[in-house]
Amino acid sequence: MLNKPFAITLKPGTSLANHTGTWRTARPVYLDRLPPCNNACPAGENIQGWLFHAESGDYEQAWRVLVENNPLPAVMGRVCYHPCETACNRGQLDEAVGINSVERFLGDEAIKRGWKFDVPAAASGKKVLVVGAGPSGLSAAYHLARMGHQVEIQEAGPLAGGMMRFGIPKYRLPREVLDAEVQRILDMGVTLKFDTKVANIEQSMKQGGFDAAFLAVGAHIGKRTMIPAADAAHIVDAVSVLRSMEGEDKPMLGRKVVVYGGGNTAIDVARTVKRMGAEPIIVYRRTREKAPAHDFEIEEALQEGVMIKWLSTIKQANEGEITVEKMALDEKGFPQPTGEFEKLEADSVVLALGQDVDLALLDGVPGLEIKDGTVQVGPNMMTGHPGIFAGGDMVPSERTVTVAVGHGKKAARNIDAWLHGVECKPAPKHEIATFDKLNPWYYSDADKTVRPMLDIIRRQTSFDEVQGGLDETNALFEARRCLSCGNCFECDNCYGVCPDNAVIKLGPGKRFQFNYDYCKGCGLCVEECPCGAIKMVAEDI
Amino acid sequence: MSFQPVKFYQTGTFTVGNRLLAPDERSEQANPQRSNSINSGHRACQGCGEALGARYAIDAAMAESNGQLIAVNATGCLEVFSTPYPESSWQLPWIHSLFGNAPAVATGVAAAMKVKGRKEVRVVAQGGDGSTTDIGFGCLSGMFERNDDVLYICYDNQAYMNTGVQRSSATPPAARTATTMPVGPEPGNVFGQGKNLPEIAMAHGISYVATATVADLRDLEYKVRRAMGIRGARYIHLFVPCPLGWGTASHDTIRMARLAKESGMFPVFEAEHGEVTGVLKIRHKVAIEEYLKPQKRFAHLFGKHAHPEMVERLQAIADRNIRKYGLLDEGSN
Repeated sequence: MLNKPFAITLKPGTSLANHTGTWRTARPVYLDRLPPCNNACPAGENIQGWLFHAESGDYEQAWRVLVENNPLPAVMGRVCYHPCETACNRGQLDEAVGINSVERFLGDEAIKRGWKFDVPAAASGKKVLVVGAGPSGLSAAYHLARMGHQVEIQEAGPLAGGMMRFGIPKYRLPREVLDAEVQRILDMGVTLKFDTKVANIEQSMKQGGFDAAFLAVGAHIGKRTMIPAADAAHIVDAVSVLRSMEGEDKPMLGRKVVVYGGGNTAIDVARTVKRMGAEPIIVYRRTREKAPAHDFEIEEALQEGVMIKWLSTIKQANEGEITVEKMALDEKGFPQPTGEFEKLEADSVVLALGQDVDLALLDGVPGLEIKDGTVQVGPNMMTGHPGIFAGGDMVPSERTVTVAVGHGKKAARNIDAWLHGVECKPAPKHEIATFDKLNPWYYSDADKTVRPMLDIIRRQTSFDEVQGGLDETNALFEARRCLSCGNCFECDNCYGVCPDNAVIKLGPGKRFQFNYDYCKGCGLCVEECPCGAIKMVAEDI
Repeated sequence: MSFQPVKFYQTGTFTVGNRLLAPDERSEQANPQRSNSINSGHRACQGCGEALGARYAIDAAMAESNGQLIAVNATGCLEVFSTPYPESSWQLPWIHSLFGNAPAVATGVAAAMKVKGRKEVRVVAQGGDGSTTDIGFGCLSGMFERNDDVLYICYDNQAYMNTGVQRSSATPPAARTATTMPVGPEPGNVFGQGKNLPEIAMAHGISYVATATVADLRDLEYKVRRAMGIRGARYIHLFVPCPLGWGTASHDTIRMARLAKESGMFPVFEAEHGEVTGVLKIRHKVAIEEYLKPQKRFAHLFGKHAHPEMVERLQAIADRNIRKYGLLDEGSN
């Protein structure tokens, strides 16, 4: 053709004809990695998922994502020992995200605004009995009800909550918070029968026509130890002290109260006793570093004036006084007696040495295996007896509210599968978004928001809640400290940094897509992705 | 004054966009309708800093001039990889003449627009460090001196990359190129030579001079928009790492630019009428080794026959930049 300008032999063309994608030896792919917080949560919460909504200020959506896994966020935001924060990648940058405080804010916001759970699935026609209205029983009941099953909880005591009510003092968990979250579960149509002690599980199931049962009676029999004691010595156990705090008759312990043990229960009792005007002293055989209680609880107890005698055992208890023996740690870290003795004033001794499970309801049930005082369950939470599942403190595991809630969820899923005659297969876990997968340059510098603490005098004299909550502005700030590890939060970096315009922006909420016709596989998007949501995969050549 | 970062919004203004920011607070590069001035299919190497920098800068200039922009290109990588006849990646009127005359051609284009009364049409001239600091230097100085209405952008990758990595007057001391061999008692490029073009531009007293890197997009976009808001000669010196010429991984391009800035090796500032008016502070200061070690062009400074004294001299250059421009700010981030 001759209709071209002078000296031009070829038509002008666009570089789009040149598919540079053929240069590639590795391709970037988007993926979701498992954030370390989610991985660490005993209740299996999708923490990064609910923080994502909290970051944009959509607290109701954040709460709805949260309660997909855990129906008790306001309780959890107060009593959970937040292993998520220990695992949080931001801890390697400045300080972990205050996940627990945002969770509490969402839980409190839900109570304040009266948010209700989503309507359960269509009725399945199956009936499930839950024994015990503690965290694990309530969690199982909630999840089973969501799946459309008819759930009845039978509780031996007069109130719901289990150890959340009878073990955790009010200054850590105000009862109106607990009541509100329990009520929300009951509003889904869950039946809760009080003062109904299940004496024989098989019989109770037959009588009520239940298709399956979840046992979650907890562990609330205080362990005893042999202490040579005079008749007049006043020795009680920690669990009954804490339980009696919920009733009309407050425990009579005198002025000088010795608490024996180094776990969280020992601390709870000592702090409770302090608030009643007594002078508690904790006696523990090992050191602070070795104590099973969480260090922040020990610290708060010391602040409130609780005395602690480390490396000491009680040798003898008499009226008004005890004899303790000093201990020394051997090379292996075990306490050994030293032969040095000391007398302490003691109007009463409270034993906080752990708890045993009341296994009476399981007498004569075939197939059950009981070891070390706990019920053995399989990976699906089912006991040796088909259709009877168990969880919480009565099975071997760490005894915390969060673990119990996790057991409830896991059991519910397996009960649901069992009722449908199928096996519950959890989705395979994504690879973990470790800190080295992130590009922390992109995150703004921001220190953790500190929650307000009640002043010390009111902590020593009242049962008012010790730790305050966040308000809307600092909860938003705290949520936005989340690094969104392993999950795209649409920062546009990949879209921006590609020298080849090979990233397609799909619009708000839809993330991005690679245009492999032009992607040369340089890997800039992977390197500059703040949260590690892209990886390079070798091309088959 | 200088670019105002958003203090805290998860990633604030560090990232290209941010779903938590209002659309007008995001960068032009986050805009799905950005002009993509240099389109896909160009033949730049994997991870090319210049291709990226050119799109960053020209997209911002396009946005600021409502698409009424003509680009004049000097010879160099940018011209070669974007426009192998008869293909072109450019999404705007674009002209290439010779290696050394881009500023003069841009002067002519600006004059033509003025004669035609097309005041809304703006002119940008661009080239690599070779055409800017060496071959086209005379034309550029003239363009500054006449205060012609052109924004000149230099994409500085510190050598002639297109022809096989030869030394330019922007090559840093100690760097190996094809013409500065990594052997002998003082290997690599010599100390004490070369040109600091931003300062030379400032010495002309022109209304606006700025430096920027591909690692600080928001700062770069701010400077381009600022420059586009001014008539007369303006100069932006953009630091664009070159994976091929520097011997760095293709995914490290932005990281290298960031380390150059954070070490103090490349000071990021802006100046009006020859006076520095703003600097981009160092956020997390790093030692010069952290910047040098990933680059094969500095490999001879480390390892078995190391040259710690040369590393020290390079550190001294960075420290001098930090002092001179006040790059460190106590309690800043």
